Amino acid sequence: MTPRQVLRRTGYVAFMAVVLAFFAVPMLWLASAPFDSDPGLGLRWPDWTLDNWRTTFEHPYALSSLVNSVVLCVVATAATTVLATLAAYALSRVRIPGRDALLYVLLLLSSVVTGTAAMVPIFVMMFQLGLINSQYATGLVIAGGLLPAAIFILKDFVDSVPRSYEESARVFGASPTQVLLHVVLPVARPGIATILVWAFVQAWGNFLLPFLLLRDVEQQPAAVLLRTLKDEGGSANLTVIPVFSLLYAVPVVVLYVFVSKRYGFRFHGGIKA
Amino acid sequence: MAGIELTGLSTVYPNGVRAVDELDLEVADGEFFALLGPSGCGKTTLLRTIAGLEQASSGSVSIGEADVTRVEPGKRQVAMVFQDYALFPHMTVERNIAYPLRVRRASRTAQREAAASTSAGLGLAELLDRRPGQLSGGQQQRVALARAMAMSAEVLLLDEPLSNLDARLRLEARTFLKRLQRDLGMTTVFVTHDQAEALALADRIAVMSEGRIRQVGSPREVFQRPAEVFVANFIGSTPMNLLPGTVRGGLVEVAGTTLDPALPLTDGLSVTVGVRPEYLRVAPGADGITGAVSIVENLGVTSLVTLECPDGTLVGLTVPEQDEPDVGDTLTVAPDPGRLLLYDGATGALLG
Repeated sequence: MTPRQVLRRTGYVAFMAVVLAFFAVPMLWLASAPFDSDPGLGLRWPDWTLDNWRTTFEHPYALSSLVNSVVLCVVATAATTVLATLAAYALSRVRIPGRDALLYVLLLLSSVVTGTAAMVPIFVMMFQLGLINSQYATGLVIAGGLLPAAIFILKDFVDSVPRSYEESARVFGASPTQVLLHVVLPVARPGIATILVWAFVQAWGNFLLPFLLLRDVEQQPAAVLLRTLKDEGGSANLTVIPVFSLLYAVPVVVLYVFVSKRYGFRFHGGIKA
Repeated sequence: MAGIELTGLSTVYPNGVRAVDELDLEVADGEFFALLGPSGCGKTTLLRTIAGLEQASSGSVSIGEADVTRVEPGKRQVAMVFQDYALFPHMTVERNIAYPLRVRRASRTAQREAAASTSAGLGLAELLDRRPGQLSGGQQQRVALARAMAMSAEVLLLDEPLSNLDARLRLEARTFLKRLQRDLGMTTVFVTHDQAEALALADRIAVMSEGRIRQVGSPREVFQRPAEVFVANFIGSTPMNLLPGTVRGGLVEVAGTTLDPALPLTDGLSVTVGVRPEYLRVAPGADGITGAVSIVENLGVTSLVTLECPDGTLVGLTVPEQDEPDVGDTLTVAPDPGRLLLYDGATGALLG
């Protein structure tokens, strides 16, 4: 190697090390701080203890908020996946005038008029319906926000399922329900799995809507509770936050690994032969 | 088993295209029937209308003795093999073949038995656990056929059954398909745009264009006596010579010579003279078409020779490999007796 190459190589490795550290340090903190007797905001080798875990489990709302998160996410994810699948199938197969325009407008509106912009009207609407502090209602509102994008992505998957599959099943005598269950859903499964995980992650991390619509601390999900984890002095409660953050991160990772193993993600339509 | 009867059948698409136009057709029980035509002639729509995948706009479809015009596809006792085979990619070969039974909620054992018995006859017994994606084109086709057979329907419909196979395999599959159909004795209708395929496989052929049937007949009839210029043009591996001519004094003036039509024709009538390259013979000194050899194309055991007549008309004929002329030679050729066809110049219909 010429000195010039050595220099370039060293520079490259140093640069990558900095980039890696940038992403690795928070992860390492998440792995070590929950087991540290005196967790701080810095990264250090912990002197192992499980005291933080006991404190967290004794916190009045920590564990229940995680359960709330699961309920909220299951509602939002189930509603999004089921409705988006049926809507995508219908929109893919039935010719209605202005279908594509409708989809684009929905997608545009859902990405422009969401969250902050729709905050007040959504709150007023839910208040008048008497649905404040209802986890199911909040789950449905979240699903409503996710549906346009989910339908848009899934329609692409369903479009790529050849019609001859369905026609073939029909010739063999399959009813519309059988066609859907035996042929369309299994073939579109990688797309559905993708939407499922995506919807779950979106709902799991959603702060604004549960914060607005779930005023009762006993109903609040983890994403909202995390903000209120403070000690008496008003500064971040570093005994509870590390453990809580770790617990909060686990479901998404587990779901991702499970679905990826079982179904395999496909971000483009198409048939896995 | 059952025949098919179509009466005054029309299928009109929502955009107004009349894909099938007032069509009458009868397919006999156990017959191997070809629907042949260029792309866009409505042959696939006709097949799909028989299957029930397209709704007839008017007219009726009968299978056996029953009118099935308004009957759902699955209740018509019709099995169909699609052009892309439409094998379900997420099911094994066994599950694919047994699918018609699964729809009818047959037991798993009955499904397995049906798959085993149908697949054995088609040489698929070893492949039952594979997925369609792991099979070759020919194997996929046989799985699709097995699945259609497992339905034990009365009529089998095949949409372009050989078009997805490569050239070599196509010939093998053709022989296989013909034997299978004969063994099953099942009324079978298939769609093709390949005239050679239709001639080779079918008991009878319907030549279609623009949603109508131009001619129905045995492969021999359709090949030897095409009922109109369109059919004459479409059938045959080498294109038929179709030359403009005029009737003068009972003889036909064509390509700078006169031929005896052996038909009483009115004087002055303009006609199209049709004769296949295979039915033209080199006849030195005879009363025939004379021209200079301009192109020689090797077809293997024969060669296709194109003659250019003094008036510019091009005439094709096939010659055996040993008699191949040189480019520039002058040849005189005459049609074999009885092989000269005359079509009305205005309507294109066969005369005589």
